[in-house]
Amino acid sequence: MKKLAPKHPLAIRWMHWINFPVLFAMIWSGLLIYWANDVYKVRVGHDILYSFFPNGFYKTLNLSHRLAEGMAFHFVFMWIFFVNGTVYVLYTLFSGEWRQLFPNKRSFKEGWQVLLHDLHLRKTAPPQGKFNGAQRIAYTGIIIMGLGSILTGLAIYKPIQLGWLAACFGGYATARIIHFILTLGYCLFFVVHVVQVIFAGWNNFRAMVTGWEVVDFPHKPEAPAPVPPKTPPATLTPPQNPQPSSNA
Amino acid sequence: MPNPTLREKLRRITGHSEDLPIQKQINRRTFISFSVFALLGVAAWKVWFGIKDAEQSDGVQKPLRNLLNTDEKIFKPTLSDQHLAKTYPTNQAARNVRVNSNIGTSGAGFDPAAWRLQVQTLDKGPLSVTLDELKALPKTEYAFEFKCIEGWSQVSWWGGVRFSDFINHYGLQKEAALEYVGMSTPDDQYYIGIDRASALHPQTILAYEMTGQTLPVNHGAPLRLIIPVKYGVKNLKRIGKIHFSNDRPRDYWFERGYDYYCGL
Repeated sequence: MKKLAPKHPLAIRWMHWINFPVLFAMIWSGLLIYWANDVYKVRVGHDILYSFFPNGFYKTLNLSHRLAEGMAFHFVFMWIFFVNGTVYVLYTLFSGEWRQLFPNKRSFKEGWQVLLHDLHLRKTAPPQGKFNGAQRIAYTGIIIMGLGSILTGLAIYKPIQLGWLAACFGGYATARIIHFILTLGYCLFFVVHVVQVIFAGWNNFRAMVTGWEVVDFPHKPEAPAPVPPKTPPATLTPPQNPQPSSNA
Repeated sequence: MPNPTLREKLRRITGHSEDLPIQKQINRRTFISFSVFALLGVAAWKVWFGIKDAEQSDGVQKPLRNLLNTDEKIFKPTLSDQHLAKTYPTNQAARNVRVNSNIGTSGAGFDPAAWRLQVQTLDKGPLSVTLDELKALPKTEYAFEFKCIEGWSQVSWWGGVRFSDFINHYGLQKEAALEYVGMSTPDDQYYIGIDRASALHPQTILAYEMTGQTLPVNHGAPLRLIIPVKYGVKNLKRIGKIHFSNDRPRDYWFERGYDYYCGL
């Protein structure tokens, strides 16, 4: 028997989907900026393994000679990124959603089991609630990364007025490197996230837009009784989730 | 009761009625949610290209220009004479100081011996200052991390006259009370505008020395601006003229789409 069960609160869906194009705009404009001094390389000893970025990359994406435009976009969209992220954190804290998102003491072991399962090295997935251990770690980690981007970004943006902040990150040049590495982290997150969403299927993806998921009850919860048809069900919470979610 | 019927109708249409078969509820609610989602997506797309294709204002899209000016208003109050750029022991300064531009310093026919700093005053007529007169004023020197708008930075060591000392010595307090200082190369090929507070910041100097020696030509001899609270683009080489104004003086890179303030 199928039922609709609430999954993602409206506020979280809004902030998730606002963040997606805004983060994209931040990364794109960041690349326009980075082009002007594209000195980062992965080195082992004297050998350069990879140089960020090859010329073809800039050419294909048309990123060259656009520093001024990049800075303008970056210093405008940073506000949306910052406000949206801040509201998200406040919302999850005050609504209690953080309980579903923050790693608990089981999450690290569970996250490892999820990883092994997803890599087909383990047959069974650990039992999970709304988010599994790997998701809790990822979704909390990405928020800490966001905070890191804002702080390192501020340190690069105002390295003298906020000199103490730049010093916290080991100085101006180091803050710029951290800022860059965090961006690589978002790209990695994005790829893994999209692949996981594809594997998780339509019901899971749809919930991020509609807010609810379709839950299949394996057996009829009660014997068919002559219940008046207009009575709403007592709860819409899926049975595999032991705690009723507070969102509606 | 007529009202509940309308309500009930709406609930059925939008798939929120429990009377509907479950698949109909799913289909209708999915359709509505995704329609709204798509509409918002189109709206976001329109806004994005509205900005990208907007009319230009000094080399950048007008909405972005306006918001850059807002950023300036937000961050300008953080500027303080107490916030100094970190200084370094001079032996940590680079020996090979990076040269990034020669706009305004590459033209032929410049005679360093005939050079004078030309200052426009409000009521004392033009002021003409020689390098020796500047060198007679107290010298300020330090090494700091010079920061280019392109993203690179380098510790370099500079010596010269503090701009505020220069103002006080020549009795230019009234001029320096105006909102902006404008500076340009003798040939007017490169020009900058700087807000008063940044110009009077204690580390802003009219430099005639680099790495403990006379300023080289490619670094802006005979006199250049070193202003740690700004990106390199505002550190004008080969200063020819200085004026003061309540309006923003024209600025070379501002006209090419960069932020006017460029404050660090």
